[in-house]
Amino acid sequence: MSRDPVGLALSAMTRFAANPLLDRLGLRSSVEKTAYHGTRAGFRTLALAGRGFNRVANWLPRKQLPEKAAPDLFNLTLDADQQMIVDSLHRLAQETLRPAASMADEARAMPAEVFEAAASLGLTLYAIPSEFGGVAETSSPVTSVLIAEQLAWGDMGLAVALLAPFSVAQALSLWGTGEQQSRYLPAFCEEHPPVATIAVDEPTALYDPMMPSTQATPTKSGYCLNGLKSGVVLGAESDLLLVSACLQGKPRVFLVEAGLPGIKIEAEPAMGLRAAQLTRLTLTNVELPLDALLGSEDFSFEMFLDRGALLRCGLATGTAQAALDYVIPYCNNREAFGEPISHRQSVAFMISNLAIETDSMRLLTWRAASRAETGQSYHREACLAKLLCNEKAMEIGTNAVQLLGGHGFVKDHPVERWYRDLRSVATQQGGLHA
Amino acid sequence: MYLEIPKKFNPIVHQARQVAREVFRPISRKYDLAEHAYPHELDMFASIMDGMNDGAIDGGAGAGKLSGSKASTDTTGNRNGTNMKTLLGLIELCRGDVGLALSIPRQGLGNSAIAAVASDAQLAHFGHSWAAMAITEPGAGSDSAAIRTTATKDGDHYIINGEKIFVTAGERANAVVVWATLDKSLGRAAIKSFIVEKGTAGMTVERLEKKLGIRASDTATIRFENCRVPKENLLGDPEISVDKGFAGAMQTFDNTRPLVAGMAIGVAEAALAHTHKLIAETGTDLGYRLQSWSQPAVTRELQLLEAELEAARLLTLRAAWMADNGLPNSKEASMAKAKAGRVGNAITLRCVELCGSLGYSEIELLEKWARDSKILDIFEGTQQIQLLIIARRLLNKSSAELK
Repeated sequence: MSRDPVGLALSAMTRFAANPLLDRLGLRSSVEKTAYHGTRAGFRTLALAGRGFNRVANWLPRKQLPEKAAPDLFNLTLDADQQMIVDSLHRLAQETLRPAASMADEARAMPAEVFEAAASLGLTLYAIPSEFGGVAETSSPVTSVLIAEQLAWGDMGLAVALLAPFSVAQALSLWGTGEQQSRYLPAFCEEHPPVATIAVDEPTALYDPMMPSTQATPTKSGYCLNGLKSGVVLGAESDLLLVSACLQGKPRVFLVEAGLPGIKIEAEPAMGLRAAQLTRLTLTNVELPLDALLGSEDFSFEMFLDRGALLRCGLATGTAQAALDYVIPYCNNREAFGEPISHRQSVAFMISNLAIETDSMRLLTWRAASRAETGQSYHREACLAKLLCNEKAMEIGTNAVQLLGGHGFVKDHPVERWYRDLRSVATQQGGLHA
Repeated sequence: MYLEIPKKFNPIVHQARQVAREVFRPISRKYDLAEHAYPHELDMFASIMDGMNDGAIDGGAGAGKLSGSKASTDTTGNRNGTNMKTLLGLIELCRGDVGLALSIPRQGLGNSAIAAVASDAQLAHFGHSWAAMAITEPGAGSDSAAIRTTATKDGDHYIINGEKIFVTAGERANAVVVWATLDKSLGRAAIKSFIVEKGTAGMTVERLEKKLGIRASDTATIRFENCRVPKENLLGDPEISVDKGFAGAMQTFDNTRPLVAGMAIGVAEAALAHTHKLIAETGTDLGYRLQSWSQPAVTRELQLLEAELEAARLLTLRAAWMADNGLPNSKEASMAKAKAGRVGNAITLRCVELCGSLGYSEIELLEKWARDSKILDIFEGTQQIQLLIIARRLLNKSSAELK
């Protein structure tokens, strides 16, 4: 776009206004002084543990959790275990996540206490077979989805951060070779488990996760990784990163341990999910051994992504439910023209539709997860669930702000944060695996 | 948690699908063009359905069976029963033709009402009739409590006076369940329903509507002029109890709303499946992908429509499942009807659009389905009434507070 004289003047003025000289010479009013740079958290944040992983000499054979048998009847009730998980996580969401969320969003950082509170619930143990120290008896994407719903009801940014290591454990349990499972899974069952993450997204418009630009070139000793990843959850704090890259024309996943030469990690804050400390990952000739390639012949990258989509849909449903639960009492209490605004059809109908679409998202997600859990094909159902969540989650987010009017736009209420977080449902593919 | 259809319902789904394909589809256009012609082909089919139901070990299916309690139960007590079975069958029939599904002898909305509230004597007498339902009047549609048809007690009879419009199967049915008020000053508590058999003096089918869609279904205006009806024909409790109010009559709708949702799902499935087939013939890649922006616009659109339809289907299954398990499902029934009504309409219309002038012409049935779908978002509680019912539940508001 060419600039006319006014445009040129405006551009010059902006550059001038940014000049630090202005401050030194006292030419900028104190109101305009920049607030703060970087994170001034006011709470203890996560730190990179810098832990290594030991290759074991005698590794256990690969253990894939068995699928559940398909029941006979249509049924929407949760079993006792699932109900217990939902109840305890709902408590965690209400008592720990919700109160910490605003501060974490503002500071763009994950409070370590929140991380530790969730770790003490032993979430990751649900992902890991007992042979490796966990409690999982069957593969259970349904339970994963229920977990995601409750955590995201608390806060999606915190939920995404909490689910990052959980997701890596799930991925290793489902796809890992015996050697990979033996090397990594026991660490996830320890008192201070590793932080880990999955890097899939890349910073180009219309990015198709099935065709990463990040390349893995075969070398004499393994692979050499080159590329860019964006939106990597807790990238700077992760001991282990699962990175998707193109290997001889096909998308695969590589196990990348922190600290390898050629890895550069920078903060890449985004519209939402601020507590999840999203990062940009630059890989320059990162050398990996042969056994860094996740899985073997039966690895399906499409299914790997589908599992991520399932968990993301769970998050979307949870935050949407939070929005619905929030706007109901607000609209019943807020009065205008002599009565609660909830007496107006336009307000009431918006709330009805919020409920319809939240339940729609939930049922589609549950169906896809339930099919995955019982060994049935679920690619179609996962795609449809994701498509619906992409549309409806943001609609709910924007309507929730609308229902609070001006108050929805300011940070006193959580709906503006949920608006920002809900946009991520359609844009982010990484970080999660049911 | 499990969201697939139980295998034991496969036979009924298969049967209904065959009826849709072999009985309904071949005559679909015929009766769409000949709006008030009687579809004789359905008489034989109805006898088959009667036979199936009378002999059914599991309680059968259909309009008159919704309150039946024979169901499949698992070890936890979870039930998949008549509500779900009837829903699944009806979805398939409506994949064939909604108008014809509404014209099956002895499967009227009146039959559901009778099944819900009739006494044993009434069931014995009227259980095998074909009963239409007459509620709406020229001045009262959504506000059914405002009906002005009166029923005045006179010895052993009630005398009914008034005019009912939009009565589905009003001409073809051999009985009509009529909503009338015993005393206008007492509001909705005084509204009762009466079974009036065809041939009763004072009841006249005055006209049949010419409609946008479901033209195979007869929609009648019926006038009642000093129509004498035996007092035994009053359905339910003759006492006017102000606190109980409307409950009994409206309860029928908790069971029938999911069925109307099912009709919308059926016709939308027909449109989507056929459109998918026509578009696949062009060679367009219709595969499912997580990142759909790089796909052709038509592929993304078809999958969005499919996702919306799946949502409607699961919401409707939920409502039926809750009914089978004795769980109060008024909100969920309304959510199902609201979602299915609107997406059914949107899908059928979009399918016509995606197929261009082929979709628009009478060569295909697509344009007919787009006409048929509209009423499903209107009758048995409009979209707006459903949203109102849902909102009142969510917000805990009475009809006086949230209008």
